[in-house]
Amino acid sequence: MGSFDGFWNEFSAWLPHVQLAHFLVVSAILFSFGIYAIASRRNGIMVLMGVELVLNAANINFIAFSRYSPDMNFDGQVAAIFVIILAAAEAAIGLAIVLNIYHRFQTVNVDEVSSLKE
Amino acid sequence: MQLFDIVFYVFALITLVSGGIVVFSRNIVYAAFALLFTFFGVAALYVLLHADFLAVTQVLIYVGGILVLLLFGVMLTNNVISVEIRTGTVQTIPALIIVAIVAGTLAGLSYATWKGVGAPAAAGPQTTTGTLGQMLMTSYVIPFEIASVVLLVALIGAAMTARRHRNS
Repeated sequence: MGSFDGFWNEFSAWLPHVQLAHFLVVSAILFSFGIYAIASRRNGIMVLMGVELVLNAANINFIAFSRYSPDMNFDGQVAAIFVIILAAAEAAIGLAIVLNIYHRFQTVNVDEVSSLKE
Repeated sequence: MQLFDIVFYVFALITLVSGGIVVFSRNIVYAAFALLFTFFGVAALYVLLHADFLAVTQVLIYVGGILVLLLFGVMLTNNVISVEIRTGTVQTIPALIIVAIVAGTLAGLSYATWKGVGAPAAAGPQTTTGTLGQMLMTSYVIPFEIASVVLLVALIGAAMTARRHRNS
């Protein structure tokens, strides 16, 4: 148990001082929430919300690495701008597809729209 | 704890709790409104990371654009009066197990790899907008132009896709 005590002492000393890894852990949890929404929700719009959570988590990573790079490199922030641009396009296209599915099938539950399987 | 750390924990808590409400709420309207607080929390984290322009962009595009679009989708596809607005889940247990493994792996790897990295000695610039604009117009000009074409195509495509059912 000595190694565990050492790990715990290190972890409790690390926890109050916010550094790069704190942002990465928050981003990892947000990413997992998004993946859970994509994998388990039936409503197509909830799946789109999960995608937005995943993209936000990726953006936190980009900006955190940009901030904590040795000379505050701005490339990460530019990448985050492009992620936001593509997220806007993705939301517009996704909502249009969901509306089309609703008009054709009278439902937006993604597990009931299975015409391609037959 | 410094003020920076306290502010970080407050906004990280807001982000993660409202993100959890988005994912686990049964009511899709509650989920959409919790997503509002998630986006604001992420914007606050951007401010903590010295990304002021991106924080404002986050509020403008996500809250002002994408969230309103998602709410329109909710209102257009759920008949609020007659049909139940609650939404179900499928395969909850396997998804939870896999997601817990993914979260543990990612968080553990982040902690193990980057725990020693602190803030750089030199403080960043006070504002980032000018630098970002110069980078978009110099080293990132090709992706910038391609992104504008992508946005135009997405706009036209979304309009065409959403109104096609009226013609047929």
